[in-house]
Amino acid sequence: MYQEDTISAVTTPLGLGAVGIVRLSGPQSLAIAEKMFRSASGKPLGAYPVRTMAYGTVRDEADAVVDEVLCVYMKAPHSYTAEDVVEFQCHGGPQSLRRILALTWRYGARAAEPGEYTRRAFLNGRIDLVQAESVMDIINSKSAAALKSAVQQQEGVLSRKLKAIRKDLKDVIVHLEAVIDYPEEDIEDVTYPEVAGAIERALAETDRLLQGAHTGLILKEGLRTAIVGRPNVGKSSLLNTLLREDRALVSEYAGTTRDVIEEQLVIGGVPILLADTAGIRDTEDYVEKMGVERSRALLEKAELVLVVVDAHTALTADDEAILTAAEGKNCLVALNKADLGVDPALRESLEARFGKDHVLAVSAKTGEGAEELEKWLQEFVYGSEGYVGDGVYLQNERQIDLLRRARENLADAAAGAKERLPYDCLTIDVDAALSLMGEITGETVRDEIINEIFARFCVGK
Amino acid sequence: MIAGSYDVIVIGAGHAGMEAGLAAARMGCKTLLATLSLDNIAFMPCNPSVGGSAKGQLVGEIDALGGQMGISADATAIQMRMLNTGKGYAVHSLRAQSDKPYYHVYMKQVAENQENLDVKQLMIDKLLVENDQVVGVEAETGELFEAKCVILATGTYLRGKIVFGSVNYASGPNGMRSAEKLSSSLLEAGIELRRFKTGTPARVDRRSLDFSKMQIQYGDDVVRNFSYISEITHRDQVPCWLTYTNPTTHKIILDNLARSGMFNGLVEGVGPRYCPSIESKLIRFKDKDRHQLFIEPEGLETNEMYVQGMSSALPADVQLAFMQTIPGLEHVRMMRPGYAIDYDCLDPLQLKSSLEHKRIAGLFSAGQSNGTSGYEEAAAQGLMAGINAVRKIQGRPPLVLGRNEAYIGVLIDDLVTKGTNEPYRMMTSRAEYRLLLRQDNADLRLTQKGRDIGLVTDARWDKFTEKRSAIERTMHYLETTFVNPTEENNEKLRRLGTVPLKTGITMATLLKRSGLTYAKLKDCFDLPDVSPVVQEQAEIQCKYEGYIKKQQQAVEKALHLESKRIPADMDYASLKELSGEAREKLQKVRPDSLGQASRISGVSPADVGVLMIALETRRRQEAEGKE
Repeated sequence: MYQEDTISAVTTPLGLGAVGIVRLSGPQSLAIAEKMFRSASGKPLGAYPVRTMAYGTVRDEADAVVDEVLCVYMKAPHSYTAEDVVEFQCHGGPQSLRRILALTWRYGARAAEPGEYTRRAFLNGRIDLVQAESVMDIINSKSAAALKSAVQQQEGVLSRKLKAIRKDLKDVIVHLEAVIDYPEEDIEDVTYPEVAGAIERALAETDRLLQGAHTGLILKEGLRTAIVGRPNVGKSSLLNTLLREDRALVSEYAGTTRDVIEEQLVIGGVPILLADTAGIRDTEDYVEKMGVERSRALLEKAELVLVVVDAHTALTADDEAILTAAEGKNCLVALNKADLGVDPALRESLEARFGKDHVLAVSAKTGEGAEELEKWLQEFVYGSEGYVGDGVYLQNERQIDLLRRARENLADAAAGAKERLPYDCLTIDVDAALSLMGEITGETVRDEIINEIFARFCVGK
Repeated sequence: MIAGSYDVIVIGAGHAGMEAGLAAARMGCKTLLATLSLDNIAFMPCNPSVGGSAKGQLVGEIDALGGQMGISADATAIQMRMLNTGKGYAVHSLRAQSDKPYYHVYMKQVAENQENLDVKQLMIDKLLVENDQVVGVEAETGELFEAKCVILATGTYLRGKIVFGSVNYASGPNGMRSAEKLSSSLLEAGIELRRFKTGTPARVDRRSLDFSKMQIQYGDDVVRNFSYISEITHRDQVPCWLTYTNPTTHKIILDNLARSGMFNGLVEGVGPRYCPSIESKLIRFKDKDRHQLFIEPEGLETNEMYVQGMSSALPADVQLAFMQTIPGLEHVRMMRPGYAIDYDCLDPLQLKSSLEHKRIAGLFSAGQSNGTSGYEEAAAQGLMAGINAVRKIQGRPPLVLGRNEAYIGVLIDDLVTKGTNEPYRMMTSRAEYRLLLRQDNADLRLTQKGRDIGLVTDARWDKFTEKRSAIERTMHYLETTFVNPTEENNEKLRRLGTVPLKTGITMATLLKRSGLTYAKLKDCFDLPDVSPVVQEQAEIQCKYEGYIKKQQQAVEKALHLESKRIPADMDYASLKELSGEAREKLQKVRPDSLGQASRISGVSPADVGVLMIALETRRRQEAEGKE
């Protein structure tokens, strides 16, 4: 809405194509980019001629490499929006795109509204009158879609969770405001521990949502999963069995900075990012030939490990090595070839080791256990104590950005309550947090608060 | 019969009408202040008090702009207290107990002696409008008065009806005549009216009260004034008294609910939630086993006491009976019963931010006739309506205060943007930039504007500029004077109860520390001797610096939208891209700016985006047309 702040977004469709672009637009674009970009030449981005690609890396706060990128600075008014624009072309797939985006926010940008680049372009004279109408359509259709999802969220979990957080905060504000606006009424005064407690609870809840948000977004690309096991234990046939009915190949990323090929699949409705499946369709036995060392390496990065062992033979040394490596990870042990019988001692010992719920008998050949495995995956991801937690309900970058900014205000408010700041200052931070959360659920703050004062407190002459 | 010709006619001489009439006359316009009773000028029909939370801020703003209320309240106060002193500077609010009869007499004198102002007792029956332009008014006597602008400040007089128990009669407040005919003239002119309700408690005889059973409440020892130019340094004060209802009181009220005017079908209007009758309080807050009441003097030369908190439309016998169950009021003698009053008022969505009617040129409206409640809210609007009527006659743009500039701005913006479904009361929580809109800086915010429009006298201006430069000098001194961590300095700081320094800091930074005041530092570090007002400003500016900055940043963001003007003839119907609700509301409100549009409920950020583009499209089309 404000033309003078700096916005950012991923401007290429996520999950499609090997190259993704993160675009910054607004007066702070260059300053923000300088904080996160290290050119290979050592020169700052601003020292390159404008509209020239600079090669380098994006670094996070700890100076760790997030991705290799090509970066370009377009000075106002010679850009799409006619504002200062910086674009990062990245190769690392959706996850690094999102991390780069998150860094732009950390350094002062905010998430672009639907159609905002186009709107800025128009308002700054980059688009002619003929196009104006279509611009409005774009904004309208995008916001209509957003609204629809907002309405759905109203009934949804995110909305419920946010409402719970907001209610706590609103109760505090309402009490503070009632005491301020009706100093002569018979209203019990607010205590700082009461205020601090409510703010800290809200802060903790917000943190939980935000933490989950990270994993929630990852899940959009798929749960990073490794299928491991000694050669010829039946990994690839098991995979094929699982894919048989519900095969949905979503996309394939070939990262230039990685030597791993990942494939996105959907199993039982759960998006899975299966690591190291290079050429799975061409060379049927690639996964099969993968050895112990390779398994170990994969395990490191996986968010879920599916260990395949033979159901009716004793564990080999290779099995042991892999199982040991898998211990402590989120893990499911599949006893394959169950159609030939399951060794009860083996099952018992594995159950003792990984937990009863983490061992399943399956058969790639007959399909036995495939359904249970799908259910297990669903439960693992979306279940009540699921892997993704609450964050799955944060639908997009805008919501995360809003919540992140709300969190900053809450942190200020918590500090303020501890220092016993006067009420008039304290309410500023809490109010700001409430408004930002209200933007997610589409609720306004001020009128609600005034209504609440009258609902809760008996005031008047 | 043309009986007179004026620039501005103000209908009503209550708190809105007084400010409107005085402002118009002081700005040089020939003005008529028409009231249906000269004995009712600036009458306080309800509580004998001025100020309080958010209202004290309004009075300060009225004063800074050159209005009258603050000066009159200072002159007639019989008790003054600063409320909210423990809750932060932004919400400090001054509240006066006023001598009600004296306030009226004082204001009447001011009006009578104001140059350019004719004060007349007249019942105005008709508003005269030709081709959507106000031309004057007609009185019940048949006298016609011509005017370029007319300001409605009709309070609760428009078809007013008093109700308590089964008693009900056409009346203005306190038994005054009601204006029975003006409403239909307004309706004929196409003005939408609605019906609101308010109420007042009983007045009781001071001599019948047992104060030993009540808690006493004194005024502050420090003498303060609303007005930045009042120089009152001594004030004799009288106390107020606090007592509580009990279950017996409640039983009597609840047993007689059906006899209350609120529930026997006689009261029609919508009442305010913040000012409910005692019967409404008992219904809405069933679990509360006591309600407080303040006994406030109505003046020094009367025995009447106001029973704050007990507004009621119960029959007189029930009012007396329930009061006699309250400690200290066992033998109370009631002098006037409480009552509810119904009245006609305008839907303020019909008005522009200048308080002029959107369609009828030259017609302004202020105060309860716009659906507000409270003397201060009324006075604030009256002042702005008076100013803007004159600005219109002068051919100048109206004075519209922003939400970031004044409570007056918040008040009027809320009214003309959101409208109101009940009598509107100002609250500090309605102001999103509350920290900037303090009572202590109302003069710093608004005196310049008052000066520009010609309401601030030379004397006020001189006093103001002197104070402003003293504050600037003091701030400069604090910001450029360093305190170094010498043993001597640290010893001083230890004595002040604050931690010693490790590195040198400015005096301004030191003053931020909690517990430190200008006065304390002055004693230790030889700060310049400045007035308490300047000391306080320095303290606020230092201690609140961080949060003031936060609010200023929020203002700057919002101003981008505020500065985008929407032409009055904007064609919303043709903007298919707007949501249906937004289109309807925008057509009704016709906002002046994108900022105002964004505050209308039902107008989403996406709708504002569509408006932005439509405005730019229009701008380019016009530019092309010119070429």
